[in-house]
This record gives sequence, C-alpha cells and structure tokens, in this order.
Amino acid sequence: MYVQEVKTASLGDRPVPVVVEDPARLAAFEARVAADEFVEPKDWMPEAYRKTLIRQISQHAHSEIVGMLPEGNWIGRAPTLRRKAILLAKVQDEAGHGLYLYCAAETLGVSRDQMTQALLAGKAKYSTIFNYPTLTWADMGTIGWLVDGAAIMNQVPLQRTSYGPYARAMVRVCKEESFHQRQGYEAVMVLAAGTPEQKAMAQDALDRWWWPSLMMFGPPDDQSPNSAQSMRWRIKRDTNDELRQKFVDITVPQAEALGLKIPDPDLRWNEEKGGYDFGTPDWDEFFAVVSGEGPMAHERLTARREAWDNGAWVRDAAMAHADKRTARVAA
Amino acid sequence: MSDQHLQARVASIIALGDDALVLGQRIGEWCGHAPTLELDLSLANLGLDLIGQATLFLNYAGELEGQGRNGDALAFRRDVYDFRNCLLVEQPNGDFGRTIVRQLLFSAYQRLLFESLAKSADSRLAEIAAKAVKEVSYHERLAADWVVRLGDGTEESHNRAKDGLAWNWRFVDELFAVDPAEAELLTAGLMVDRNALRAPWDRIIGTVLSDATLQIPPPVRGVVGGRTGRHSEHLGHMLSEMQFLQRAYPGASW
Amino acid sequence: MSRELPLWEVFVRAKNGLSHRHVGSVHAADARMAIEGARDVYTRRLEGVSLWVVPSDAITASDPGEAASLFEPAEDKVYRHPTFYVVPDNIKHI
Repeated sequence: MYVQEVKTASLGDRPVPVVVEDPARLAAFEARVAADEFVEPKDWMPEAYRKTLIRQISQHAHSEIVGMLPEGNWIGRAPTLRRKAILLAKVQDEAGHGLYLYCAAETLGVSRDQMTQALLAGKAKYSTIFNYPTLTWADMGTIGWLVDGAAIMNQVPLQRTSYGPYARAMVRVCKEESFHQRQGYEAVMVLAAGTPEQKAMAQDALDRWWWPSLMMFGPPDDQSPNSAQSMRWRIKRDTNDELRQKFVDITVPQAEALGLKIPDPDLRWNEEKGGYDFGTPDWDEFFAVVSGEGPMAHERLTARREAWDNGAWVRDAAMAHADKRTARVAA
Repeated sequence: MSDQHLQARVASIIALGDDALVLGQRIGEWCGHAPTLELDLSLANLGLDLIGQATLFLNYAGELEGQGRNGDALAFRRDVYDFRNCLLVEQPNGDFGRTIVRQLLFSAYQRLLFESLAKSADSRLAEIAAKAVKEVSYHERLAADWVVRLGDGTEESHNRAKDGLAWNWRFVDELFAVDPAEAELLTAGLMVDRNALRAPWDRIIGTVLSDATLQIPPPVRGVVGGRTGRHSEHLGHMLSEMQFLQRAYPGASW
Repeated sequence: MSRELPLWEVFVRAKNGLSHRHVGSVHAADARMAIEGARDVYTRRLEGVSLWVVPSDAITASDPGEAASLFEPAEDKVYRHPTFYVVPDNIKHI
C-alpha cells in the first residue's frame, strides 16, 4: 500500500544542519536523474534528496505495517477456509512489503529500529486510511478493491523511481500486490451478488471507504508543496490530482458492474475532458487524520507499541544467545 | 465398509483437520503483533500451512462421510462438542515463549505422525500427509531453534520458555492417546498408532530442551478430552469468533 | 534501548543452473535465524531453491568515486569481444 507524502519532523530530535551542496556535483546529480539514471546507495546524493527519500520510503513502510492491523482484525472471522487463507496471505504480504521498504531505506543510512522508534513515538506518518475502522467483512473486499487499487496506481510508476533500492523494492511489491486488488474485487462481487443483507454490507463498505480512498493520493496539487521537487527527482512520477482522476475514471465502471453506488452526488461523466467530474474530499478531515485524529489512530499506534515492547525480550534473547554461541566457539 | 468403520475413519480424519484448523486460527492471531517483522512473516507461513492442511483433511472427511458437508461446513458449523482437536492446539497463545513451545511440542508430533501417515493404506490420506510433512518439518525446525534461543538466551527468556513449557506440558499425553474406536483402522493400516510415536518424540524434545538448557517438566497427570469433544473453555470463544459470519448469515455464500 | 538485530544480505538461487542473486536483506541474531527469515520473506512464491545469507558488514563494496578508474578503462578494449574480428562468412564453426 501507499502513503501520500506528508511533511513530517526529521528522524530524531537533533537540529538539522543546513547543508550547502557543491553546485557542480548537484548539477551533475540533477542531470543524471533527469536522464532517468538510477542512483545507488553509495553514490553521492544531495542531503535533501536523501532525507526526502528516507521520509517517503519509511512512511511507505510504516503504512504497510500499520495497514496490517485493520485487515488483521478480520483474519479470525474470515467466513470460509479459502477466504481465511487469502486474507492471512495478503496481510503477510504487507509485512513483507514493509520489510522490503525498510531495507531500501536502510541503504540510506537509517536503521530499521530508528524508523520504528520514530513511528512508535508518533513522529512519523503513515497512510491516513488505516486510521479508519474495519467494521464488517465487506471491508476486507472493499479495502482490497479500492485501497490496494489506489496503492497500485501510486506504486506502478515508482518502479521507475530514481533511487535503485526503492525502485527494486517497488518491483517486488507490485508483482506481489497484483493479487490483492483482484481478490478484493472478487470478494465484493460475491457479496454484491449475494443476499440482500450481503449487498447492503457491500454498499455500506463502499460508502465508508470511498472518500478515504480518494484521499490516499494526497492533498490537492496546489496544497502539495514538495511535489515539484519530488517530480524532478523522479521519486514521484505523477501529481496527486492526476492519479486521483485516473483512479476515479477506472473505478466508477467497476462499481457499476457490481451494481453498487458511489457515494458522491457530484459524480458525473464529463464528455469534454473524457473523465468523471467528482466531489471534493473533506480535506479538513484528511489533515486531522494525518495529524493523528483518525477514529482508530490511538488503537493502531498502541497495537504497534505493544507488539514492539512485548517482543523486546524475544529480540534480546536472540542476541544474548548469539553472543553465547560466539563465545563458546571462541573458547 | 461398515457404518461404524466409516464413522471411525471420518472421525479420525476430522481430528487431523481440527488440529490443523484450531492451531492455524491461533497462529493467525499473531498476525501484525509478532516480536519482529521477520517473525510476523514466519508465523503467517505456519498459519497458512495449517489452514491448508485443515482444508485438505476436512474436505476429504466430508467427502468420505457422504452427508454433503464440505470443509467449510465442518469448520464453521459444528459446535464445541463436535470438534475433535487435541487440547494443546486450542491453548491461548500467551506470550511468544508459550506459543513457540506449543509449536515445538505439536510440530514434532505432527511430523512423526505425517511421516507414518504418508504410508497409510488410504492413498488420499497418504498423499496429504506426504505434502504436509515437508511443511511441518520446517515448523519443527523454526520452533526448535527459537526454543533454544529463548531457553539459552537471557534469564527472562529462559523463565518465559520454562513457563510456556509448564503451561503446555499437561496436554502432551493426549497427543499420543489412541482412541479405541480407531483400533480397526490401525489393523487396516489406515491410521497411525500414535502410541508408537511417543518414544521418538521424547527423544526429539529431550534433545531440544537440553540444547535450550531447559528441564523436561516433571510428570503431570495429563489433561485429556479434546478427542472426545470435552474441550477447555478456550475453544468456545475461538469458535464464537471464527464462526461468526456463517452463524449470523446462515446460507449465505462468501 | 536494546541492541538492534544485525542486518544480513539475502541471495536467492532461482533454480539450479543459475547464480544466486541479491534480493534484499533481513535482520537476524544468527545465521540460522537469517536463513529462516530469508526463507519466509523472500521465497514465499517459489522464488528459489537455495539461499545465501551474508552479514551485511562482511561485504566490501567498491567506491563509486573510483568507478571511473575501476571500470571505464575497459571501455576501449574492444579487442576482447569476438565481434571485433572479421571472419569471412564461408568459414564455419568459429
């Protein structure tokens, strides 16, 4: 899954020194990136590029990890053995995707533990969508369909992002994620064609997830100050509004095929632009959720903190045991 | 095939499926909460293997039974007293120490069982067991490695592993108990004599615990009942969660 | 804060006959834990038949600053490539 890039405090509380880059090196770097060359971990890069990447990749990783929780909420209640296996495999993939992304960020000189600490301390952001609750089984299908659909739309271009390890992680993520959206749509399809209660459940889920899904592409372009630089650096390849429009255009027919209604009274086809006109998401809600006011924000961070704290003795034991073994071999 | 014989066969296969299902459900509870990200993926793999085994066993049991029940009907529409899993697998996860000790005890048993079952005269069962033995061998390895790390790690991890062992040890005897109804199946070479698995199991566990600097717990009076539907209180709560949708929306497809 | 589990680089052989290829990394306290992590993270979809794990700090990388002197001198050694040599079409097996 994906996170809209949101400005956030840098890792740690140290004051950030202002780095003045060598103009010649900077120009050479910009030229390389503009020529769609890849930047690799040990290559020279401007400090701001490195920092922006750490922020973006770690936010993306955090989103995967926090994103496990709303879906994990239904593994125990999946209605059939097949659905249970699919859901567990999907949530597991998200752990994997978070892991690939943390690894990519680690090549930039920040450790996974540092990134985890930033998340647990509430200093790092993750995708706002995971601060909404999963109330019914239909949420599982709808998240796969809409949220993973939006994520794929964001991620596919990132396979060509300028930073090599990030691009390679995204190739892997995209390859694995292709099943997520399909299983979601299939699950909603079954509900939409099911009993009246099931269909109502599917419609209710669409009603709740539609707007948060549109928000996944981030704030409108005129409120997204870092976009231009990120586009120039090839760590973002399309603008938020372009992707949002594309998402609406492909999703509306999918909803129609299900016989479900998108909860937007302003939604209508615009022949002239060859796309849909649609309403404006509630950006006040978006910014509130970004700053940690989502209905499940406390629960999500608490769950992550508990997992981390409860696991400390396990990680310590593994290290202590490794030390003992090393000592025994040396003796 | 007599009715009684068929019933015994079906019941014994349901027990295999229920063990896998109930433990798979328990392992699934870890998803998103494991001590490391790597372990989150490892535990999910275990859970997926177990749910896969449950699906194969329960579907087969349903076919053999011939009453129109498939794996889902068996998993989601039976009440506690019809479940045939051993008590060990329904135990709450507790901390990671308790979970991984339970896994070691059960996976070592399952590996020995499936190795024998792969030679069953029931070719379908043999096929499922031959596939599953590869999965559970890895579960056993992973669990054994962790029991050693915890037992021979820090003082805290040692104590937690010890507590996990004490919690789960009560339920070990039941793994090897042979149901009298299965006698005919053993003669026919359809099912495995679990009694015979105890000695090799003791050796395996003894080695791991010794590497882990853990003592084999003193003999306790085994708690049994799972195989006859006399479960702990924990199973009912698990089923109330697991079966919620099938119960709330009878007859719906998912 | 506790010590962080060390980082290991993971290499997967997709099938026999191919080399191991770098796929990513895992954190682990010991080599077996790294193998198990790598197995569960990187081979969930039949990606491999063999794994290598190497402590990340055991890898020495060439310095990108020296890339010009290390690699560019090979550019003009065209005579190392078979296509540099012209052999008449009627000469076979060469």
